[in-house]
Formats: sequence, C-alpha cells, structure tokens
Amino acid sequence: MSLNIQSLTVEYHTLATKVKAVDRVSLSVDKGETLGLVGESGCGKSTLGLSVIRLVPPPGKIEKGNIILDGIDVVKCSDDEIRRARGRLVGYIFQDPMTSLNPVKKIGAHFIEMIRTHEPKVSREEALKRTQDTLESLGILPERINDFPHQFSGGMRQRVMIGLALALNPRLLIADEPTTSLDVIVEAQIVELLKRLKESLKLTLILITHNIGIVAETADRVAVMYAGRIAEIGESSGLFEKPLHPYTQALLNSVPNIAKKGQVLSWIPGAPPDLASPPPGCLYHPRCPFAFDRCKKDEPSLIKHENSEVACHLYD
Amino acid sequence: MLAVTNLTKYFPVEKGFLDKLLTSQKSFVHAVDDISFSMNRGDILGLVGESGSGKSTTGRLCLKLIEPTAGKIVFEGVDLSSIHGEELRRFRRNMQLIFQDPFASLCPRIRIGEAIRHALSFQGIGTQSEQIEKTQVMLEGVGLKPWSNFYDRFPHQLSGGQRQRVVIARALVLNPRFVVADEPIAMVDVSVRAQILELMIELKKEFDLTYVFITHDLAMANYVCNTIAIMYLGKIVESGPKEEVFEKPVHPYTLALLSSIPVPDPKMKLQRMIPSGEIPSPINPPKGCRFHPRCPVAQSICSQKQPELVDVGGGHLVACFFDAEKRLT
Amino acid sequence: MNVERPRGRILVQFIPELTGLARRGLAGWAVLMGGTIVAILGIMTIVSPWISPYNPIAINVGPILSPPSLRFPLGTNHLGQDMLSRVYSGGGIMFQVAILSMIVCLLVGVPIGLFASFAGGHADKLASLVMDSIYAFPGLVLAIAIAAMLGPGVVNMALSIAVVYVPSYFRMIRSQVLTIKELPYVEAARMMGAKQRTALFKYVLPNVVPSIVAVATINFADAILTSAGLTFVGLGLPVSTPDWGWDLTYGRRLLTSGAWWVIAFPGLMVVLLALGFTLIGEGLSELYNPRLQK
Repeated sequence: MSLNIQSLTVEYHTLATKVKAVDRVSLSVDKGETLGLVGESGCGKSTLGLSVIRLVPPPGKIEKGNIILDGIDVVKCSDDEIRRARGRLVGYIFQDPMTSLNPVKKIGAHFIEMIRTHEPKVSREEALKRTQDTLESLGILPERINDFPHQFSGGMRQRVMIGLALALNPRLLIADEPTTSLDVIVEAQIVELLKRLKESLKLTLILITHNIGIVAETADRVAVMYAGRIAEIGESSGLFEKPLHPYTQALLNSVPNIAKKGQVLSWIPGAPPDLASPPPGCLYHPRCPFAFDRCKKDEPSLIKHENSEVACHLYD
Repeated sequence: MLAVTNLTKYFPVEKGFLDKLLTSQKSFVHAVDDISFSMNRGDILGLVGESGSGKSTTGRLCLKLIEPTAGKIVFEGVDLSSIHGEELRRFRRNMQLIFQDPFASLCPRIRIGEAIRHALSFQGIGTQSEQIEKTQVMLEGVGLKPWSNFYDRFPHQLSGGQRQRVVIARALVLNPRFVVADEPIAMVDVSVRAQILELMIELKKEFDLTYVFITHDLAMANYVCNTIAIMYLGKIVESGPKEEVFEKPVHPYTLALLSSIPVPDPKMKLQRMIPSGEIPSPINPPKGCRFHPRCPVAQSICSQKQPELVDVGGGHLVACFFDAEKRLT
Repeated sequence: MNVERPRGRILVQFIPELTGLARRGLAGWAVLMGGTIVAILGIMTIVSPWISPYNPIAINVGPILSPPSLRFPLGTNHLGQDMLSRVYSGGGIMFQVAILSMIVCLLVGVPIGLFASFAGGHADKLASLVMDSIYAFPGLVLAIAIAAMLGPGVVNMALSIAVVYVPSYFRMIRSQVLTIKELPYVEAARMMGAKQRTALFKYVLPNVVPSIVAVATINFADAILTSAGLTFVGLGLPVSTPDWGWDLTYGRRLLTSGAWWVIAFPGLMVVLLALGFTLIGEGLSELYNPRLQK
C-alpha cells in the first residue's frame, strides 16, 4: 500500500476570494511507514488528509495534481471507485470523536452496519463475532457492544473511531488529530494503541497533528507544513536533531520539553499569512529571521539537502 | 497571601423528572473535596490535573465566582465568605481571571478598547478620559502597539494570540494582585504560546502579581511555575516546589502523568507507566484513595482509607500511603 | 448606564453591514429581495392617495363586478368600487396592525424574555409557563377569540395579534439568553464587577438583537396573514376602510359567480407582503447564525 501525492492543489472558493489551502504539495508514503504531518492550525494538513479520500468539504475543491493510492488515481477515479476505496483501502479517523458517532445507534451497530454494507455476503453472526474481536483488541470490554456513544468516555469513543476506521482491514490509516481533545494519560494510551495496531496489522500510518511530541514518538518520517506548502520533509531523528527550515527550527524551539533543563522557549512573531492574499515569494519570509532579498521574490521549491527535502533558499 | 482550608464543592446533579419522583437520593459531582493549600505573594502555582480533577472549579472558588459547599478561603487576611453584594463587587478588583478561550471570553459586539475600559468603568475608577488613557497604556503594555491600531477593532478582527493579550489586558487594567489563569494558552497556536507566557511573566514582575496557572500541560507548568499542585478527582495528591515534584515525583499518579507526556525528542526512550482505564466519574468517586483502582502499587488499605498529605521533605507534600518511588525501583 | 445608548450604537453598526449584503450569497439576496418587495409595497401604500384613480371607498364609480378593463385595470367589486385603488390603499391597515403588534411584542416580550431567563429560577419557570400556555393555542383561533372580546379597530386587532406572538419572541430570546449567559464573556463581566443589569444590557442584549430582528420580521409576515384572517372572519375593522382582508372576504363569496379578480389581486398583494417579510426574516437568520461559525 503506497501513497503518492504529486503536486496537489486544493482551493476553497468563497464568494469573495479563492484560498489555496494546499499548494502544489508532493509527498509519498512507503508501505509500512509512519508519516507525521505536522503544522499549526490553518496550514492545510487536514485538507491534505481529506483529499486522500476525496472528502474535502465544499466549497473546497481539488484543483490540480494526482493522488495515486495503490494504483488508483483518487482525484480522477469514479465515484464508485472512491467509495470502495474508503474504508477498504484507507481508514480515516476524523478529528472529533465526540460528534463523529451516531448518538442513537449502539456501538456494536456502528461496526456491524459498516461491515455488512461493504461486504454484504457476511452473515450477521459473523459480523457480530468480528465486532467483538475488534472491541477486544481495542481494549473495550465486549459486553459494552450494546451501549450508546454517550455512555462512553472520550478515550473510549476515540478507540471506537479507530476500530471503525480499521473494520474493513485497510492497509493505510490516516489519523487526523487523534488525541487533541483527550486527557494526557488517555492520549498516551491511544498513542500506544496506535503503535500496537500498526505493528500487528502492518499498517501504513499518516498521523496529522499539531502535537510535536507524539510525532516524535511515533513517526518514521516527518513532513512540516506551513500555509499550504511543505516546508520540510525528512527522517524523524534527523529533523528533530537538525531542523533545516527556519519554520521547523522555530516550531521545535517553541515546544517545551520537560526533560530539558533550563530551556528557553522561543516564539514566532507575527501571524500566518492571509491565504486569500498571500505575500510574494516565500510565504514564511515576513516572519523569518534569515530572510534575504531572494526570499521576497522567488518561491522556494522542495530541494534535496542531505537526507531531507526542504523548501528554503538558504539551501539552494 | 491566600490560604485555603478544607475547601469543598459539590455540584448537585440535575435529575430528570421521573428520577426525582422515583428516587429520593440526591447525587453530587464531587468537584473539589476537602483540599487545603496556601500561597505566598509572588508565587506562581501550577494547578495541574486532567479533566474532572477539580482544578478549574478550585480556581473559580478562589475568585468567589462560585460559592463553596464547605471550607474557608482567606485572601490577604480577609475571609471571602464574609463579603457580599456591593462590597464583593468592589473587591473583585483585587483578583482577576484569564480565560481559556480567547474568542468566547470577549463579547463579539464590543470593540476591544471599550471592552478593556469597561473593567475600569464598572469599578468606577477615574473619569472617562482617564479610563481611556489607562486602556491605551494597557494595550501597549501587552504588546498591541500602537494602541490606535487596535482600540476600535472587534475581536473577530484579531488573531488568537492577539485576543488572548486583550483578555490579559482586561484582567490587569484593574491592577489586581492575584490572577487565576485557566488554561491561558491551550487554545493559542503552538508557535505563539511562549510569547503569551513571556508576557505574563513580564507583567508579573511589573505589577507584582501572584498567579495560579491552571493547566493539564505539565511541560508548560514546568516552564512557568515555581510551585505545583497535582490534582486528581477533586483532591490534591502531590504538591510542592517545582523541582521537587517534577524531578522527584512520589505519587503514582504524578509518575503516570510524567511518563505520559509526549516528549518532542525521538531519541528519548521513555519508561512508561501508563495506568489502564480512565478517570472515574466524579459523581461516584472510588472509596478510599481516589486513584487506587488504577494504581499499580495499590494495597488493601488504599481502598479503605483516604491518604492525607504528608511532608516528605522541603515542603513536598504527598498523599499516598507508600513511598511509591522506592517501590518501583 | 442607560438602555438607549447600546441600542442606538447597534443600529449604526447595522448600516455598513447592509451594503455588504449583496456579497453574502443567497441569504443576502433573500434579504435584499424581501426588502425591496416590502419597500415597494410600503411606498405604494403611502402614495396611494395620490396615485389612486378613484376613491377606494367610493361606491358605484363603475359598473358592479366588471372584469379588468382599460378603465378599471383590476376590475370592480360588488359595490362598484375600483379594485386598483383598493389594491393600492388596502395595505395601509395591514402595515399599521403589523407594526403596532410588533411594537407591543417588543415592549412586552423582550423585557420579560431578558429578565426572566437571565435571572433564572422561579421567575424563569413562571414566565415560561405562561408563555408556553399561550403558545399552545393555535394562533388564529386565539386571535379570533381575543379580537371578539376586544371589539373592532386597528388597535384591538394589533393587540390580539400581539398576544398570540409574544411567546415566539419570548422563546427565541430565552434560548439565546440561556446560551449566552453561560459564555465566558458574561463571566468576565461579572469578574470585572459589573452589576447584573449592566451585564444584561451591555453584554447579553447586543448579542440577542440579531435574532430578535429575525423573529420580528418573520412574525410580521404571520401578523399580516393573521390580520387578513381576522378581517376575513369579520372581526376587527369597520367595513368602509379599504383593506385587502375585506376584499378577500367578499372576494371569496364572489368567486362562485365568476368574479375572480376581486379576490385574486388583493390576495396576491397579501402573499407578496408576507413573502417579502419572510424573505427578510429567513435571510437574516441565515446570515446571523452561520456567520458565527467559520
């Protein structure tokens, strides 16, 4: 199961303006790898994730580019093909577990319906058995199969979401902010669960988050996004030890590390650009301490530098 | 400066009509259960806990935004339960709250300059022009320079970080001595958080403030605070100077929290002690030590008696029957 | 801190927003179109004394029940009155009744809604009880009952309609206030030492106003239909006043004899006026609610 995104552009069309939420992004994920997609709010990472299953909400639209998922071009394929791909090839964990479950349906029913819709030949008993097995592997007591979502805590609901995403045995799992609304300890539990499932099911995982910490823990490779573009992609250990892009450097320096003594946190002055009227040249230059003339005119493209790729004129 | 003794707050649980008819038993959310602590002038206390720990409720009790079910809060020698009505309204200028959600804490239809000035006018401080001047100074003091750029703007015209600064300006324009900050940076972008924190620390020095910093983010608490109190299900389980609590943690819950924080460094291999299960409901907290159902070193006594806070040296208090660290190593 | 100042500022803030309406998509167009319809009908009613070819209540200006012709473009009714003149001036009563009932609703429903739901507790429970009881009655039936008790006249009609619609205002305001009073910025007002009254008027009311406007305009449409209904059943107005409601009443009876024009044109006017207000109301609801999200 490999994913190859080539020069993807996703725009949101409002009455007044056009906003490029994702701008010519290219990246690929190899089989069995965990890619961490990191960025702050508004950088386009969620939109990128949704594009892979072609669920960008209107007024968003995939304008250009290809997304090749296991041989299928997600952008150009038919509606039927993408529907079959969702759930079977790709599992998606949506952002808010609190509202993603049907409050009037029992938890077991969520699973059974999903299984039987996509695999109509499966009998009710078999679907039930598979559901019970899944719940067990998620750490949910099997007798809770008849409970309703509101009877579950946040962490439990997130586990259910993970289970639903994996119910049809997809090879690729995309998790969009899987731990954001959860408590610290539950967050750690979910991260451990994801790691365990990844190992046992041999998944390819894309983890979309603004939480640098869990990316450091789980990802093999990390892609940093800023204002709809990829700023840097590289191997996790390399990127954390020696971040190349000034944004990555600033971002990593602004996250407190409880293990580091005497840390002085830094921050990035200013605010992310207004994507409706972006500045010329490199989108980060107004806030970049290393910006020089070329940065204000030319847009940097991703170039190879040592083991990573970075979009910055400093390395050109 | 602040002395809290046996503070308790139970919220009654609203029952449906039928339940009210059929059962006479009332149930309560044990938000805060018999906690005591004190703060000196100039302290930055980190009130750390997960959801249901009672940290937000504690903060609001200290500000007398909610009335305690039991217990005493003495602020600068004044027993808070003795102030009411008009006197309370004027007393509010001594203590202020910084909110978590920068957008929801500003009225969307009031310009931010006016919103800050309201604090002064509600307290009847100065003439209108004096109030406007003080507001201008405050805006620049939180880094919104020049004030003329910002005074007439509406909240939706500012970024999250800027809005949070307005909230801080509004809280500090009254020159309070005591400020409770409830998750002040949780809803601000990661790259801007440190800026807000630095601002709060600078203002602390300038105005000689005492802070209570309510958060679930231990790393942030470690960065900013000098004393920490860890709360679980309405009780303080461990407290003391930051160095003691974070470097020599004793309580199993503190150990669990510290080992659960994601560390932004892939090279660090963490020794994880993640308890199973989730936080039980504060309506029916476990008997005995609240943490015992999830505690890896729980003994039979833990389900029978509630541990008291005991000093293990250097002002480091722990509520646990056993010296957990010794047991783990 | 007097009450008028916040309201004045609110109105001034609305004007630049009106000019931006056209850019706001379907909802904005609804408001503009509705506004245009209402404005046209309103102006038509106001200038009717000058543009009516005949006196609308003068009988026998033409042959009885003559169909639309050059001389009488909309025909004449059973009293020989010119329908065109009646259509021009027939809206006057409706506008008056609707505006008057709206004013009464605002003066009664808004303060009760604000104070009762902000204070909570018994006041809220009592007010809700009263309002829900009124709301439980079918509108027209209740209006008829009250109008029958009060007797004819514009003011009495307005009052009976007002009683029927006050609960709608109350419920809308209550639901808004209940949500808003829990929001952090109201808590912030308390922290700053604001008195309850100040918090209510400066922080809660301005955020409730947009929804009041939406309810008011939709109720305007309802009020128009109800006043037509009241006149239709014979309550409310002396026969001589030109009023679309009366034309509907007689027009219905005349339909069987084939004189469709007596009911058709006034009926069309009533529908248009109600439509205009509904468009404004729905458009405003769309604009003000989703705008807060994204």
